[in-house]
Order: sequence, then C-alpha cells, then structure tokens
Amino acid sequence: MYPFAYTRVSDTREALNAGRRGGRYIAGGTTLVDLMREAVERPETLVDITGLPLGEITVTERGGLRIGALVTMSEAAAHAKVRTLYPVVSEALELSASAQLRNMATIGGNIMQRTRCTYFRDVTADCNKREPGSGCAALHGHNRTHAILGTSDACVATHPSDAAVAFAALEARVHLLGPDGARQVPFVDFLLRPGSTPQREQALRQGELIAAVEIPALPRPLRSGYLKVRDRQSYEFALTSAAVALHVRGGVIRQAKIAAGGVGTVPWKLPAVEQHLVGERPSQALWSAAAAKAADGARPLQHNRFKVELLKRTVERQLRVVGGTK
Amino acid sequence: MSTELPESAAPPPTGSGEPFSSVPTRRTFIATSAAVGGAVVAGGAFIALPEEATAAGASPSSRVSLTVNGTRRTVTVDNRTSLLDLLREHLGLTGSKKGCNAGACGACTVLVDGHRVNACLTLAVRLEGTEVTTIEGLADGGELHPLQQAFIDQDAFQCGYCTPGQIVSGVGCVQEGHTGSPEEIREWMSGNICRCGCYVKIVRAVEQTAGRK
Repeated sequence: MYPFAYTRVSDTREALNAGRRGGRYIAGGTTLVDLMREAVERPETLVDITGLPLGEITVTERGGLRIGALVTMSEAAAHAKVRTLYPVVSEALELSASAQLRNMATIGGNIMQRTRCTYFRDVTADCNKREPGSGCAALHGHNRTHAILGTSDACVATHPSDAAVAFAALEARVHLLGPDGARQVPFVDFLLRPGSTPQREQALRQGELIAAVEIPALPRPLRSGYLKVRDRQSYEFALTSAAVALHVRGGVIRQAKIAAGGVGTVPWKLPAVEQHLVGERPSQALWSAAAAKAADGARPLQHNRFKVELLKRTVERQLRVVGGTK
Repeated sequence: MSTELPESAAPPPTGSGEPFSSVPTRRTFIATSAAVGGAVVAGGAFIALPEEATAAGASPSSRVSLTVNGTRRTVTVDNRTSLLDLLREHLGLTGSKKGCNAGACGACTVLVDGHRVNACLTLAVRLEGTEVTTIEGLADGGELHPLQQAFIDQDAFQCGYCTPGQIVSGVGCVQEGHTGSPEEIREWMSGNICRCGCYVKIVRAVEQTAGRK
C-alpha cells in the first residue's frame, strides 16, 4: 500500500474543502482499502467522512424515503421503513457481501464501489479503466463474469452493486453536495457507461460528496423483491439479478419498475420489459413474454454467452415471485 | 514426540539456555501466543508494553486511542496499518487470523463497538474512541464464552485457523438474532469460510449458544 495522509472531518464544509484539494473521501472503506492494498487505488490523502451528519433514514414529504449516504448497509436493510416500503432494497442489501462487510459499508460507498473485474484489480494487466489507453484484457480474456449490456470496445466490466440495481429499478435520485452547492442526479444518470472513457464511472464533479439516495414515493399497493443468481449461494457477486416492483390494482399492472444486475456495465434498467407489462393482467404467459425482452441489445463475449438466457429466466422467475401466477 | 518434520529439528522450549535461533518456530510461536492469551484471560491484567510499538517511518503516521478487550491503548501507527496488523503485530493479540487480507474469508473478524467487522479492511487510524473485542477478550476470567464452549462441545473445527473468526462472528450473529433456523444461521455466517468444511457443526454450535438446543 502506498503511504497516504489521513484527516478526519466533522462538518460538510470542512469535507468539501478537503475534497476540493483532491482528498479522497472514505466511509466504510471496504472497497477502497482493499484496492489500495492492491495498489489499484493510490490516494495521497484520505478524508474520513464518518463523522458527518449523513446517517439518517427519513420519510420525505411526498412519502418517499431518503437514505443518508453514511447509513450502513446493515442499518438500511434492517430499517422498518425500508423493509415495509421497499422490500427490494432490503433484499438486495442482505444478499450482498457478508454480515461483517454490511456492518462496515455504507449506502454512499456501495453505489461508488468499483468493478470486480480481475484485470482491473491486477495492476500488471491491461485495463482502460485503471490505466486509460492500455487496452482491455477482459475483451478476449477470461470474461465469464463480465457484462453483456452497455459495453464498449474499451471496457466490459460489470458494476458489482446489488443495492444499485434496486435503486435503478425504483428510479431513485442521488443527492450531492459540492463546492457550488447541492444538486440531485437521477440514479440512472449517476453511474456512467464506459464508452471511450471507462475511467470515468460517476457523474461527480471534483470534490462532490454524496449526501443521500432518495427513493420516490410509488403508488400502493406495491410488491417488490430481488433475485440474485450466483456461483455459490451466499457471499458472492451476481452472475445475473433482477429487481422487480409491481403496482397491481383491479387485476391490472399499473406500474412496473424493473432492472437487472450482473449483466451491465451499470445497473441495467429494462424499459422494454416494463412497457410490455403495464396495462396487462398478470399471467405466466405475460411473465414469459415480457422477460423475453430482458436481454435485448446484449453483446455477449466468448465466455459469458450463458448470461443472455440466464438473464431472461432470472427476470421471468422474479416476475412470477413478485407478481404471482394466475 | 511428533513426527512432523521441520520443527522436530528445533530445540524444545525449555525456557532456559540460549536460543538456537532467533527465528520463532511454530512451537515457540504458539507458546508465546498462549502466554499472551492467558494474560488477557486472567482478567484485565494485560501488562502494557513500555512504549507502544510504532511502525512509523518516513510515511505518515497517526496517534489513536482505543480500547481493546477492556484495556485502553494509545498507539502511533503508520496510517496504512490495518486493525488486524495492529492487533497481531503491535499488541501481540494473534488470535485474529490473517486469511485473505481482502475481506473475503472472515478469519480476521472482530467486534468494533459491538458490531462484527473484518479487521483486515479496517484502518487502525480510524478507530479513535472505539471498543474492540477479539477472540482473546470473549472469555470471562477462566470461564469460556458459551460459544467457545459450544465449539468444543460440537467439535466444530479441524485445523482451527478460521475458528477465532468463526466464533467472534458467531457471537455477532447471536447478538443480532439471526439464529431462527439452521438456514438463517448459514446465511448470516456466510462471511466466514472454513476450508476444512466444518459448517454443519459450526451451525450446531451457534444454535446451541442461541439456546435452541
């Protein structure tokens, strides 16, 4: 690990000043410390933000939920409002990592976490995300776990977060604090597809700090849930996953919020699947027909072709679980 | 005598005479660890090192005060030092194990302010004012923690390397109340890998401690 200076801040202004001078924010540290040890990350200064007042979960005026950036994954997953209003978020969090890591990692850090691509984590390998212009070793390497959606010739790495898939499905917003004030970014615009600049992963400006993730109010009753498919049953990243939320009234699907994980360079919203469902009555035939569109536009690589079919089945099964079969 | 190869060539730890080598053997290492563990178990009688070891060289270091197993410690550490290295290399508490050093195995699990965490991914400089409990701090005087006893009762280990992490993690699991069924225990203990494959008995030990058996 390269040497670094360490500073603790107690208010947001102090944090933003340190961030503007190039300091790197650290919250739970579960990704950052790991990558610093691998020399993938080499911050000169760590700015410890765990003392900032960003650790609350509150119900918004409109009936949505605002989860502070410093709320830990385990706190968010166990919170009564999260569990009752958005089970998909609780489930995504509890199917992530381990109990130990969830006690450390925060919501802000969770959506900032970096890819698990082994070439990214190996400083001797070519990786455009880590070393722009060096090439992508995954493109023709061991790419079984890599993305099939949102890829470019520069990068095919997946975004590893489960919670982010739920946030994308529910059309959350990211609240940011910066030297120029506060602003909000729709979740789907916050995480960036690689394009020709895979080193740029979030729509963050220099020194900006995540304050919270806000989930909008959604019509009730809302049923939601998260399904994660992986190589082992627990403590593993997703091969595929599906976050599904359905608002059904009078026997008709009025709203459908769906996103997939483990398959995209960013959490992958599935508008074609959503549109296929809205206005229809739940049935097994409907789930199958809608899920058939889940992998539209997929560009599989040599070793991850299986994800195309697995993704469709994952979405279909979770539609059945959340929506019931009639 | 054991027929194991390398250490059979080492001198017996008689406690007298001159050391044949400055390199610790497995046997002397274990004897040292046991002595340290014993001191802690004896109930807060841990004798602080005269001047806390520092790993500070040219690279930035920080001073941090924390409580480890009930004893207040103030140390100056290189900012890069993990809690795991602080415990093992500076404080002589070698019960917490370094498995993967990347948050992927759970062998380093300790409690920080009552919550189970991976000590390998925790920077020591960030622990100002916290209370850390390691495997060495679980027993109450000469009496083992119920989960330590349960691991013995259920024969829940073979090589033992993952065991301290399993037990501390299990203590967290029981406190959190995720012990409603063997399946729930397995899920909430999944952050601790056992290469010997003792999972069935580990689950039984946690169940026993949670009062289900």
